[in-house]
Amino acid sequence: MSGLLDVIGGILLIGGTAFLAFGGLGLLRMPDTYTRIQAGTKATTLGTLLTLLGIAFLQPAWALKLLLIMLFLMFTNPLSSQVLARAAHRAGIAPAPQTRADKLAEDEEGAA
Amino acid sequence: MIALIATTGFALAMLIAAVVALRTRATAVAVIAAGLVSLFASVLFLFLAAPDVAMTEAAIGSGLTTFLFFFVLGRIRRESGHDQ
Amino acid sequence: MLDAFLITAASLIGLALTFAMARFLRGPRAVDRVVAFDALTIVSLSAIVLAGLVTGRAIYLDVALVYALLSFLGVIVAARYLEGGEE
Repeated sequence: MSGLLDVIGGILLIGGTAFLAFGGLGLLRMPDTYTRIQAGTKATTLGTLLTLLGIAFLQPAWALKLLLIMLFLMFTNPLSSQVLARAAHRAGIAPAPQTRADKLAEDEEGAA
Repeated sequence: MIALIATTGFALAMLIAAVVALRTRATAVAVIAAGLVSLFASVLFLFLAAPDVAMTEAAIGSGLTTFLFFFVLGRIRRESGHDQ
Repeated sequence: MLDAFLITAASLIGLALTFAMARFLRGPRAVDRVVAFDALTIVSLSAIVLAGLVTGRAIYLDVALVYALLSFLGVIVAARYLEGGEE
């Protein structure tokens, strides 16, 4: 039984850290600020959640506190990525040339 | 062995962030780089088995100092904008 | 078996930290650097919890919680400042 929990936890741990590494790669390789925000916060959020879940499987006594941290991350990370994207938009950073839709600019034109 | 590699890596990253904070021209970038130095310092304290020091460093260095710097920078910008 | 898992996880976290640090060094605009800072914080949080697993001390989780809360505040304030334009 304990062996099974260890295997599940180890696989979740490897999956989560692989998401972290790919998120970092996306952060380095993406063409403009907005896509970098997507790679740098979405992928790393999922990676951290999976890593913490894996550690909760490996160390069941810590599960409650780890769940608290995961809940907190689920609230704060999307918020910070949204605020960053809005800041980039208001600072007037141009998106990559292949971008096809800019709904925030359309909304602000409609409101004005 | 792996603890030694991790500690050395974080120390190197901390030095790089400190060099960025010294050499950049933009104020905002310097403040963020200083926050990064505190962040790595706190992880380093943790790896050197001092969790309470790490918690204080994360709270004061990385959180409060960055918050205070940006608050004051925004205040300065707003007030100088009124004057001109 | 578990050792192999832990070493692989630690190497992948090191890779993520290297990539995010490279973006922090290059990042043409200040917003890019804040994004890299955010990613570095999240990845370091995973590193802290992993170190707690290796050493088996539960106080590392409290450090991780404080870390998440305060870096989140820092990113929000930095973004609010950068909304008004750089410099």
